[in-house]
Amino acid sequence: MKNRASFIIYFLIILLFLSFTVLGALAASEQFKGKIFNPGVLKPILTKTHLKKGMKAPDFSLPSISGEKVSLSQFRGKKNVVISFVPAAWTPVCSDQWPGYNIAKSLFEKNNAILLGITVDNIPTLYAWTKEMGDLWFPVLSDFYPHGAVAKKYGILRTDGVSERALFVIDKKGIIRYIDVHDINSRPNLEMLIKELEKLEK
Amino acid sequence: MNKTLYFLISIFVLIFVSYSFAIQKTPAEGEQFPDISIKPPENKDDIDYLGIKEKKSFKLGQIKADIVIVEIFSMYCPYCQKEAPAVNELFNKIQEINNYKNHIKILGIGAGNTQFEVNLFKSQYDIKFPLVIDDDFKIHKAIGEVRTPYFFVVKINSDGSTKILYSKVGSIQEPSDFLNMIVNKAGL
Repeated sequence: MKNRASFIIYFLIILLFLSFTVLGALAASEQFKGKIFNPGVLKPILTKTHLKKGMKAPDFSLPSISGEKVSLSQFRGKKNVVISFVPAAWTPVCSDQWPGYNIAKSLFEKNNAILLGITVDNIPTLYAWTKEMGDLWFPVLSDFYPHGAVAKKYGILRTDGVSERALFVIDKKGIIRYIDVHDINSRPNLEMLIKELEKLEK
Repeated sequence: MNKTLYFLISIFVLIFVSYSFAIQKTPAEGEQFPDISIKPPENKDDIDYLGIKEKKSFKLGQIKADIVIVEIFSMYCPYCQKEAPAVNELFNKIQEINNYKNHIKILGIGAGNTQFEVNLFKSQYDIKFPLVIDDDFKIHKAIGEVRTPYFFVVKINSDGSTKILYSKVGSIQEPSDFLNMIVNKAGL
């Protein structure tokens, strides 16, 4: 009798988990059909960044999928910078976020801003993944080795090895003006980001 | 022991049942389009095109048309971005033919998109038909969380009831063939 009872509970728990994984899908694009790994619903935020608005943004230099190295300091005095950390290639929310930014190019340009997309994936993975999105106008950088070093500098390397879904807006002087460490399961809305950009000196 | 067991079981059953209700199945050809309220578009031309009341939510069956082509899209979806010119061409073809333009209308529904995001999509691709927001995914859930772009072709009956003539994920392919298919199915 006791065995049967625990079996039923076990069965129900499995059913429950199954129903959760089904729910994980978030308006997935037909483009990536069958290629996107669904991690299910994750713990929203695992870290607390030490960085604050008004602080100097830590400099970094990372390889990009186009081959050249890109560093934050190269934009000093020239452009406002938006850094978009996304957790991982080939996952549901991330695979939509950058294609959205891709058609918002004019909004970034209007505010004299460049966008840098960063994940902890390696270059070949990022290359294959972003190819699926079409041509991106902004640099995509790999924070693969030493693993997640830049994410760590920004205080957003999760204990599971990926970065948080985070946005940092950095002005021409290299000062952090906006931080959004977002729920990893959902996409930050574009409007907020553009509003922050509009506040900056062009 | 027995009491706790029954309690646990009923809780799991309840949660499971409520979740399975939350995700609806995608309505197929021959079925009705879900009777769900749709947020109105912002601009006056789009409201006039649909023949609905300003600033008021509406149902698909209230659109002034015999046939409504519904595109479920997202500004963030690269495939929807690529599809935009084809849907524009379909719209232009419909507008060119007097007999069609008052009978066949197109409505885009932005799954999970805000007004700002939908507006960006509209201006980026110079889209002349109305795009509305489904920022809370309510419509998206009611149609079984389809992948995007997803197209429905819906017949609107004179009593406001609806009947789906086409329900399929992915590109409409050649716009003129797609239009011919609609005209044939609808018997226009």
